[in-house]
Amino acid sequence: MTEPLLRVRDLKTYFVTEQGRGTARAVDGVSFDLYPGETLGIVGESGCGKTVTSLSILRLIPEPPGHIRPGSLIEFEGRNLLALAPPDLRAIRGNQIAMVFQEPMTSLNPVFTVGDQIAEAAIIHQRLSRKAARARAIEMLTLVGLPDPAERVDHYPHQLSGGMRQRVMIAMALVCHPKVLIADEPTTALDVTIQAQILELLERLQAELGMAVLLITHDLGVVAGQADRVVVMYAGQVVETAPTTALFDGPLHPYTEGLMAAVPRIDAPKSRLQAIPGQVPAATAWPSGCRFHPRCPHAWTKCTIEEPPLLGDGDHTARCWLVQEPGRRKRQPETE
Amino acid sequence: MTAPLLDIQNLVKHYPGRPPVRAVDGVSLTIAPGQTLGLVGESGSGKSTVGRTILRLQEPTAGRVLFEGEDVFALGTGPLRALRRRMQIVFQDPYSSLNPRMTVGRTLREPLEIHRLAPPAQMEARVTALLDEVGLDPAFAGRYPHELSGGQRQRVGIARALSVEPRFIVCDEPVSALDVSVQAQVLNLLADLQQKRRLTYLFIAHDLAVVRHIADQVAVMYLGRIVERAPAPAIYSAPRHPYTRALLSAVPEPNPRATRERIVLTGDIPSPAHPPSGCPFHPRCPHPKKNDRCRTETPALRVTSDSPAHLAACHFAEEPI
Amino acid sequence: MTLHAWFALLTALVLSGWAVGALRRRTGRHEAGRRFFRHPTAGWGIGVLAFFVIVAVAAPLVTSFDPRDQIDIVHLKSQPPSWSNILGTDVYSRDLWSRVAFGARISLIVGALGMLVAVTLGTLVGAVAGYYRRWVDAVLMRGVDVGLALPRIFVLLMAVALFGRLPLAILVLVIGFTSWFGTSRLVRAEVLSVRERDFVAAARAVGAGPARVIFRHVLPNAAAPIIVSAALGIGNVLLLEAALSFLGIGVAPPAPSWGNMIADGAPYLASAPWTTLFPGLAIALVVMALNAVADALRDALDPRQEAM
Repeated sequence: MTEPLLRVRDLKTYFVTEQGRGTARAVDGVSFDLYPGETLGIVGESGCGKTVTSLSILRLIPEPPGHIRPGSLIEFEGRNLLALAPPDLRAIRGNQIAMVFQEPMTSLNPVFTVGDQIAEAAIIHQRLSRKAARARAIEMLTLVGLPDPAERVDHYPHQLSGGMRQRVMIAMALVCHPKVLIADEPTTALDVTIQAQILELLERLQAELGMAVLLITHDLGVVAGQADRVVVMYAGQVVETAPTTALFDGPLHPYTEGLMAAVPRIDAPKSRLQAIPGQVPAATAWPSGCRFHPRCPHAWTKCTIEEPPLLGDGDHTARCWLVQEPGRRKRQPETE
Repeated sequence: MTAPLLDIQNLVKHYPGRPPVRAVDGVSLTIAPGQTLGLVGESGSGKSTVGRTILRLQEPTAGRVLFEGEDVFALGTGPLRALRRRMQIVFQDPYSSLNPRMTVGRTLREPLEIHRLAPPAQMEARVTALLDEVGLDPAFAGRYPHELSGGQRQRVGIARALSVEPRFIVCDEPVSALDVSVQAQVLNLLADLQQKRRLTYLFIAHDLAVVRHIADQVAVMYLGRIVERAPAPAIYSAPRHPYTRALLSAVPEPNPRATRERIVLTGDIPSPAHPPSGCPFHPRCPHPKKNDRCRTETPALRVTSDSPAHLAACHFAEEPI
Repeated sequence: MTLHAWFALLTALVLSGWAVGALRRRTGRHEAGRRFFRHPTAGWGIGVLAFFVIVAVAAPLVTSFDPRDQIDIVHLKSQPPSWSNILGTDVYSRDLWSRVAFGARISLIVGALGMLVAVTLGTLVGAVAGYYRRWVDAVLMRGVDVGLALPRIFVLLMAVALFGRLPLAILVLVIGFTSWFGTSRLVRAEVLSVRERDFVAAARAVGAGPARVIFRHVLPNAAAPIIVSAALGIGNVLLLEAALSFLGIGVAPPAPSWGNMIADGAPYLASAPWTTLFPGLAIALVVMALNAVADALRDALDPRQEAM
């Protein structure tokens, strides 16, 4: 059994809110492993803490108002990232662990050419000369499938379309051949046909470069197509972990079930969607016991008092008492 | 055969510029009463522009729109205001579709005041009834938009559209900005309201899967034109335009075992200011029989051999990929 | 100065301090209010303005002399500050503090009213230009360009040359009519962006006419530059009034205004500097306070607050 490349244990990232609205416990005890070469999908809706988790790994959380609690552990190749001195951390960012963000328009600096921005990482981490770095940038643009790379390298972000900018972002992230790529909703802001192109590109690059990918998304379809294993997040916690096929074949957690039933599908006829009643609670006031209990069709008294740990065996676990007491599962009326 | 509620004839909307932006380039559609037409497309397709133009939120460049037989573009200010009672719109972005400086109650009272639909004494009751209809507690009337979640704001937007008792609502990507679980709630609400109030919808979206759950007919747009139009089951089971096929295959299916052949288009969506010659889709078209004719001759939206209700704008519509 | 006056003056100071505290508490609940007071100079600005307003309103109470009264032309002319005349006397042996206090009335009123005229005109023109665009916008903005190019002082000099000394009301109007151009540009820019937002389209879709859309939907959301303009505008008008009085075409003596006090004292700058210094200091303090408040307002009203 290979060692995980990235180990996250009990990560807690809290934010101080103004005016005594309390602390927002955005990430509240998240643990997962990322193995070399695999794609791990982190799936959840807004407010579940997935983006804060990804930013915490590279310590990109603004220190006030956010802070990573002591007791959290983020280990990369055996080194604790949370204990590293700033110069050591900078040596890892962009070099061994790289990140691609959601909004290519705001993540690219509008006053520098795309070539300059790609070359920057190469110059900082690999100490290439400007000429060599520029050649490297053109290489990367070719790798990510940008047409006319020798010309485009001198273009500014506003001269490129959304899909092209996202390719540039990916080129920037991969220029130093990182071992881990964190992709935070990389295709959410793109059109569907462009999304297909970018997802295909990520698949190809992962195969060619052999890196591990942490894919964060709200789209179950993307996760089904790209991820080897899936982590489902809700209310700042991991509520289910499983290999992808196992998750879709038989989800254990009612939230995962609810999400799958609520997703509109192309292959289904015109019908009513099964909505999850209620809404995501605020991070300043997580419900007691199991955080999903106010919206869960199966909840009983125990769920309102005691917070379940991750239960289950092997590689498929869920944070739900139903794993231990499957008899408590209520029969759903067929029509709804 | 009932007369259509809405009859769009060759709608054109060009924005001035050098060169002009051809947002909508000749769109014709009809919607029967009580039906939902799903209008699907990506950025630059012109779908939102169609929605706004038929309501005259923007003035068209050319074309005619008949609503219940009346020529919408020929109406003067007075009759247009009266028309606003029958045709309404729900917007995409819940964060910008409500005036941040007005309470929910004020926002819902405004249409009632403009059209004098209730005496001041009954206003509060009417607002409460509207909130109830969209599943919101009456207490929401005193809140400001920033105190509401995205799903709740969207419900207020729907309540606003309903307040004037319209017959027809343009739903401009009403669920695109919402989370999956909330999306389902709002879609169900729209479907219920349609039944209860006998509404007709023009449902604009970029997500073919969402449209599947609410549309009777689907029209696919690309660069300002309709490239395919058919009853919903036909679009999903037997599409005839290569773009429709590509769109369908690009939607990520929440099924890890799915073995759909993926058609991944090359290149970017062209800008509506520089549409390609001939068939607007030809530079990206993966059809094996693509030829010079595609580059020079713009295909017309023609009836296919499937059925008179299934139209496609492709020279090879009879030999779909 | 009499004991009453001292007492009243002290009360004025205390009241100003209390006003700042009260304002802070009342706005503490709002995000915008907290952002406002985060500026270290915002509180001081409010305090200074409150002080001058109180002094202006209660001028008879905080002073012991009539501002036009020549106390003792033989012994008390051009005297430096003393216990009886806390800011000294001018060349006509008038108490300077009384003149500053009563002058505050005129200067602040001219400032506020002039600003009101300017901001109202600027907002109307900017809103109409921004909302209707096309030729309305083009015509109005070219007019604004011309207005901005006009040298204001010369226009006013011309007005005086044509009509003789202007009564106060006309002065305020003329200042207002020549000061609105910058505001109109700011308002137009804001209106151009607000009108694109969906809730404006929604209001039109629901049947609202242009007047309702502009006044109920667009302007309330374009208020930030208007408010900041207003705060800065008062300062500008104050300075303009000083300049005009200095040129002899502002407020007519013997009524005191800070501007004409500076003009009166200018020839005696070397021998009796306090006659010019104190009114000048008053103007400087009020203008700085207004700028501090405008600066803090700009941040407080930043549309950042709308992204929840």
